[in-house]
Amino acid sequence: MSDFIYDLIGLFAGALFILALKGLSHPRTARRGNLLGALGAGIATVVVFFHGEIKNLWWILGAIAVGTIIGVPAARKVQMTQMPQLVALFNGVGGGAAALVAIVEYLTLGDTATTAIVIFTVFTVVVGCVSFSGSIVTFLKLQELMTTRPVVFPGGRVVIAGTLAATLGSSVWVVIELGTSPLLILAGLSLLFGVLFVLPVGGADVPIVISLLNAFTGLTVAASGYVLNSTLLIIAGTLVGASGTILTRLMAEAMGRSLFGTLFGAFTAKPQDTSGVVEDRPVRSGSADDVAILLNYARRVVIVPGFGLAVAQAQHTVRELADLLISKGVEVAYGVHPVAGRMPGHMNVLLAEANVPYDQLVEMEDINPTFSQTDVAIVIGANDVVNPAAQTSPGCPIYGMPILEVANAANIIFLKRSMRPGFAGIENELLYDPKTMLLFGDAKASLTKVISALKAQ
Amino acid sequence: MQVSIERQVSNVEAQNLSALTPIAVISIFTLAVFVGFEVVSKVSSTLHTPLMSGANAIHGVILVGAIIVCSHATTDLELILSLVAIVLATINMIGGFLVTDRMLEMFKGKKGADK
Repeated sequence: MSDFIYDLIGLFAGALFILALKGLSHPRTARRGNLLGALGAGIATVVVFFHGEIKNLWWILGAIAVGTIIGVPAARKVQMTQMPQLVALFNGVGGGAAALVAIVEYLTLGDTATTAIVIFTVFTVVVGCVSFSGSIVTFLKLQELMTTRPVVFPGGRVVIAGTLAATLGSSVWVVIELGTSPLLILAGLSLLFGVLFVLPVGGADVPIVISLLNAFTGLTVAASGYVLNSTLLIIAGTLVGASGTILTRLMAEAMGRSLFGTLFGAFTAKPQDTSGVVEDRPVRSGSADDVAILLNYARRVVIVPGFGLAVAQAQHTVRELADLLISKGVEVAYGVHPVAGRMPGHMNVLLAEANVPYDQLVEMEDINPTFSQTDVAIVIGANDVVNPAAQTSPGCPIYGMPILEVANAANIIFLKRSMRPGFAGIENELLYDPKTMLLFGDAKASLTKVISALKAQ
Repeated sequence: MQVSIERQVSNVEAQNLSALTPIAVISIFTLAVFVGFEVVSKVSSTLHTPLMSGANAIHGVILVGAIIVCSHATTDLELILSLVAIVLATINMIGGFLVTDRMLEMFKGKKGADK
């Protein structure tokens, strides 16, 4: 196949990627958009075998088979609640692949590499490694294999700044010295920096970091496209880098987080006093029976699902409760905050998976005016998205974030594991409101108890 | 010795490929940045997660790069590293598109009910 035809097909694949991103930004065309993207990637992968001499063909096909055997079941079988961390993992391995590609090309070129190529190689190795190790840490956080709270240790700032300086220093070293060992040292330092960069990020900010690392990986792919002289990789990588950056900003805005604060949290974070601003004010906690009675006499109930629901995997149980209430003649709706769950839009996916009818899922702007006619609002494992502090106290970290105004409902029930504040770490006044009742425990267990209490009545 | 000769040959081949001029690279990059900004600038928060996942799958096209470097790998180290890159990139690409499709399957009909 001639270079011209090859590049032309590459351009076609690049255009498919643009259509894919465009399609993915509208609900009606999203699925088709994803398929177009897969088509583009498929074409690009097949075509490369018909261009130039291919050595190690069977090795290559074998490696693709291994990747498929690992990737397909992971994507097919993952629980929808665990999907954010799978996306993080996929992103990480992509970054790792880009870094490896750059390293191999560097080894192959040896002394013939131009300075420009070495600079792009260094960029790919650094950012790819940061993306790889950073994504692994976000995976561990989301999978709860490690704490979701910010990890800050004394002198952390100095260590992070030192690692960054060492990384930049060895980047320069690689460009000047051109050797294999400097490059491997650089890769090691970058991996370390990725870990240190993500450790101080708190649970609520993790999706933003995943999105950012995704954009990073895009840029490394673009840079490796320059090294490999491939327009397709430059186009695809830049598209992902640019759209990923915008997406990261949009996501930060939707969550009421400052992108700057998230990114440089590593440098500004101070060890947190976890021992405690536990306020010693009375709260009204109730039993499953109390909750059942309240629900039994309600005419309209709004369910506000949150992070805790996802953690407890209680989406099927909550649907069971809703169905039971509906059978008793109660009007039920779900108030879904745009950032409920672990990522923006995640809650819609989870509830849809539990076969909650779409007409019961009400978006924030539509549900807020109805709270005043609501008898009971059940907040399940959500906190920050209903915290009135976002409207009333300027200066608190979530100030300005739109919230679900459950305070307007006649009764509020909070299903919580403990009095611990939400991820933003802000006390919620609503918990002390006289019309609030708290039911402590795992969301799924609590809901099951409420359901059996309701059935008994 | 054998290796170094092969390496020189493959370098000669590399130089024969029409190298992109710096201005061509900068142009492609700049235009792609604008397109990337433009296509996602007005996305609803419901789609943030699938969109991120879809974009994530698209950068799995680094698989093409991994195949290219593997196809001219000469030493064992290069071969091993590039094979690892192929495995990782394949996971990224195939897994990414599949999981995005699974997510979007859940949304099926949602907007039909809304509008």
